[in-house]
Amino acid sequence: MAKITLTINGLPVVAEEGMTILQAAQGAGIYIPTLCHHPDLRTEGVCRICVVDIKGQKLLQPACAFPVSDGMSVMTHSPRVRQARKMIIELLLANHPQDCLTCSKNQKCELQKLSKEYGIEDVPFRGERKVYDEDDSSASVIRDPEKCIMCKRCIRVCHEIQSVGTLSASGRGWDMTIGPALGKTMVEAVCVNCGQCINRCPTGALREKSSVQQVWAALHDPAKHVVVQTAPAVRAAIGEEFGMEPGHRVTGKMVTALRAMGFDKVFDTDFTADLTIMEEGYELIHRIKNSGVLPQLTSCSPGWIKFIEHFYPELLPHVSSCKSPQQMFGALAKTYYAEKAGIDPKDIVSVSIMPCAAKKYECDRPEMADSGYKDVDYVLTTREAAAMMKEAGIELPNLPDGQYDDPLGESTGAAVIFGNTGGVMEAAIRTAYAVLTGSELDNVNITAVRGMDGVRSAEIPVAGIALKAAVAHGLGNAREVLEGIKSGKFADYHFIEIMCCPGGCIGGGGQPIPTNEEIRKKRAQAIYEEDEAMTVRRSHENPSVQKLYKEFLGEPLSHKSHELLHTHYTARGMKPDPKPEEKPVKVKID
Amino acid sequence: MPFYRAHVLVCNGTPCILKGSRAIQAALVEEIKKKGLENEIKVVETGCLGISEYGPVIVVYPEGTTYCGVTVNDVPDIVEEHLLKGRVLQRLVYNAKPAGITTAPASARQKEHRIVLKNVGTIDPTSIEEYIAVGGYEALGKALTEMRPVDVVETVKKSGLRGRGGAAFPTGLKWELTANECGDGKAIVCNADEGEPGNFKDRLILEGDPHSIIEAMIIGGYAVGANKGYVYIRGEYQQSVSHLELAIAQARELELLGENILGSGFSFDIDVFKGAGAYICGEETALLESLEGTRGESRMKPPYPPTSGLNGKPTVINNVETLANIPQIISNGPEWFVSIGTEKSAGTKIFSPCGDVLMPGVYEVPFGTTMREVIYEMAGGIKSGKDLKAVLIGGPSGVCVSKADLDRQFAFEDLPPGAGALIVMDDAKCMVDMMQNCAQFFLHESCGQCVPCREGTKRLHEMFTWWQAGAGSPGDIELAKELGEVMSVAAKCGLGQFAATAFRTSLPLFEEEYRAHVVDKVCPNGVCEMDNGHGSEVV
Repeated sequence: MAKITLTINGLPVVAEEGMTILQAAQGAGIYIPTLCHHPDLRTEGVCRICVVDIKGQKLLQPACAFPVSDGMSVMTHSPRVRQARKMIIELLLANHPQDCLTCSKNQKCELQKLSKEYGIEDVPFRGERKVYDEDDSSASVIRDPEKCIMCKRCIRVCHEIQSVGTLSASGRGWDMTIGPALGKTMVEAVCVNCGQCINRCPTGALREKSSVQQVWAALHDPAKHVVVQTAPAVRAAIGEEFGMEPGHRVTGKMVTALRAMGFDKVFDTDFTADLTIMEEGYELIHRIKNSGVLPQLTSCSPGWIKFIEHFYPELLPHVSSCKSPQQMFGALAKTYYAEKAGIDPKDIVSVSIMPCAAKKYECDRPEMADSGYKDVDYVLTTREAAAMMKEAGIELPNLPDGQYDDPLGESTGAAVIFGNTGGVMEAAIRTAYAVLTGSELDNVNITAVRGMDGVRSAEIPVAGIALKAAVAHGLGNAREVLEGIKSGKFADYHFIEIMCCPGGCIGGGGQPIPTNEEIRKKRAQAIYEEDEAMTVRRSHENPSVQKLYKEFLGEPLSHKSHELLHTHYTARGMKPDPKPEEKPVKVKID
Repeated sequence: MPFYRAHVLVCNGTPCILKGSRAIQAALVEEIKKKGLENEIKVVETGCLGISEYGPVIVVYPEGTTYCGVTVNDVPDIVEEHLLKGRVLQRLVYNAKPAGITTAPASARQKEHRIVLKNVGTIDPTSIEEYIAVGGYEALGKALTEMRPVDVVETVKKSGLRGRGGAAFPTGLKWELTANECGDGKAIVCNADEGEPGNFKDRLILEGDPHSIIEAMIIGGYAVGANKGYVYIRGEYQQSVSHLELAIAQARELELLGENILGSGFSFDIDVFKGAGAYICGEETALLESLEGTRGESRMKPPYPPTSGLNGKPTVINNVETLANIPQIISNGPEWFVSIGTEKSAGTKIFSPCGDVLMPGVYEVPFGTTMREVIYEMAGGIKSGKDLKAVLIGGPSGVCVSKADLDRQFAFEDLPPGAGALIVMDDAKCMVDMMQNCAQFFLHESCGQCVPCREGTKRLHEMFTWWQAGAGSPGDIELAKELGEVMSVAAKCGLGQFAATAFRTSLPLFEEEYRAHVVDKVCPNGVCEMDNGHGSEVV
């Protein structure tokens, strides 16, 4: 790219041809406010808050979209720019509830931040404010249309990155609303509950359905034994909620914080991630040896599962029958652990802390009750967990490190990398190699499956088989892979890992906001560092997992494993969740 | 081709149909038959003739006599007197004083200079033979056989033709930019989504001379290297659609559309796409979105359509009136075109004066014609002898001017014509009432994607509505003015940028009137129903 020189606010700035004014300004350390712009998404240029004055141009131009050119002279705060920005904020506020103090996004709202930056003291426009009902029908995503500023970031992530298309614009002009088509509620629409829309929302128009009060109630109930599990990706991100830079892993501090909050046992989803590798790895080997349906697709990501149930039900036989680590944990907590600890499972409240919004839906699935009880009672997102910690007066960054409880707290490096795209694949290869060859990999870092490319593939020679593996993250990329499976492009592949969210769980819909590729890369790096720091880095070497098989399950794919750790799927097609009286069609997978 | 000594054109524009033109047409055919004249006189259904207010309208050629306010009962007289005996039926002639009019207009058509409307009302728009008989498709033949694409572009550039849809972008330059882009899949789009209130010029061309648009689009496609044309046409223009579709079928039959046109090796075809009624889809990039099947919302610019248009391919988008000039520019040469109009504004412009004028209609005049000439000499001046108060040039999105501007010339360098609507207000009208009406239009038509337009049109409409009702607040005028300024520079597309133009330009002219509403809670002309206890007061 050719270098060009422009001036911004009179200062010479060197930029590359094809850059936008915003990119050039950011490169030069000049701040231009944005609202509808998001680095993950196609530029829409609709909020107009980033308008700048370009010498010789009659119109103000949006910095997020307007390309730089040599000799261009840009003013980012000329009188008419300031006038326009201030009025745009006033116009938005005039149609906004302005209930900041009680808003879920209080102090994290981009509109609130702009209002402060531009010194808005009074909104000059009186008149109508649009009033809408809140849509809390979804198990995961709550819409509050009154707080929507129509930036369409949610629409773009839903369409462009996830290719789901639940959210779109309806109506025109002043009557425009953003939501499911035809005025349907979230539960009446086809939605995978990924929560990526929440992560992109600049205001409080989208948020997760909170379980905070229920968890407090359980913690305060002396009759309840409350156990908590923490997903791999949470430890690499929750520090951000406390002002820490992205990329800080705070595993030990988080354990201490949860214990301080009053959880009776602090366990780790990583334990069942190792267990997943055992079950899923053996399932793969079984499929390979018995000419089963291949490629086998991973099943840890509940947004992804609902996606394939809706959009590609004909490919469900490819999906591993393994429950996700969260649900394996839930099933074991109220059986194996209850038995070992001598606690009546009805008194156990099982809470999980997840980087995910779809996990809230997953734990409510009717089939997730193999323990005889609801396997996982409540799911908290990373954000909700941090909020509870703050309410409990916990300053996470200042806490000493704690240790997970036994027996469901022991894990390996292979488990923690579940949080990253490619991590399940890498962990599976580490174990599959050992099972198939009887020897261990020299280098457990399978860098071929790492990275942020949307679809990646690798071929690993294992015991005379060239194991062909692929990885996809973000449902748009998943769709590409599924189309490839249908067209035969992946016919000779054995195993494909699919994660619903960009970057995998570290970019999940329950993770701290903001998110962008830079932040996701830092979180991913933290996850890999955690893996490196572990003494045991292969799932099959997890002593507690070995003990679990010995004491309780027998062996991978045993009858008991199938009963507790495996599941079935529903061929939904393009239909919303069935009403309770309708029985879903079950797909049998062997 | 049979020879007829006379043609009777019956206007079948929507307003005339509503007033009974279909029955008149049937009666004419029957009466002519009764008199045994069916081999001498042909009855032709034509598109809108531009004077619908006086419809139903019929025109008798070769004399060119226009009859207005015709009823079925008049038909025997017209046939007996005019067609049989050759005597013009004075009582129905358009130039005669309509009832209640005190000042007789001069011959409205005398000042006209018809280029794009040349064939409208003179040929049968449903007959390709008639178009060919008056020289149609000659320009196409010339372009395809005697000119290289670059010569066509050069000719259009030299002609100085500028877009007639309001933005006045040089057409030749637009074509050149598209021609210079590489790759296949280029397209030429005719923007026939005429939706601005007060504009009804494109409809005349589409209904009355559809082949001129087809010919222009083929020439344009040849010039820029596009093999595909689309006409995005306002869905309500049913007759435009049917005439155009018929004309396309006829052109295909004569192989003027399709593969290897006139043996030139150039292939081209046209699809007609009906808009669903959103004003925003007349904005060229929203039009492209709509053509692609998505929500009609304007795109980011740059890239502009000549670089990245329909399906991301280089695309020319021209207004109907702009295109209608093309065949004649090719046939007669750019010098001929430049000789019409002013030094900087070549050719003619169609105006559609409406509102408080005596004879609303469609008039094509050379650039340089003054507003006074169009309003007073052609459109007959102000109704009921009242005085002129203001004119919105181009429609609600246009500039508001007053009496003081009457002697300015319509030209890009003096008084830009917009798309050609002239919404004329007499001195009994109220400015606030007018602005409230315009604001209502934009509130309804804003697509909603950008904040200044979505929220701004709402607040403007609210303020004007309050002012009408005597519920304005001190500071409202300044706030509306500032909002208008912000919208004009910060909205994403023309809709929002021009939604407050009429108010902003009328404010310095009629500030007292605005202040009377907002501060004194009085409507000086007694138009607004003040509900503040004052009642309306006529000053």
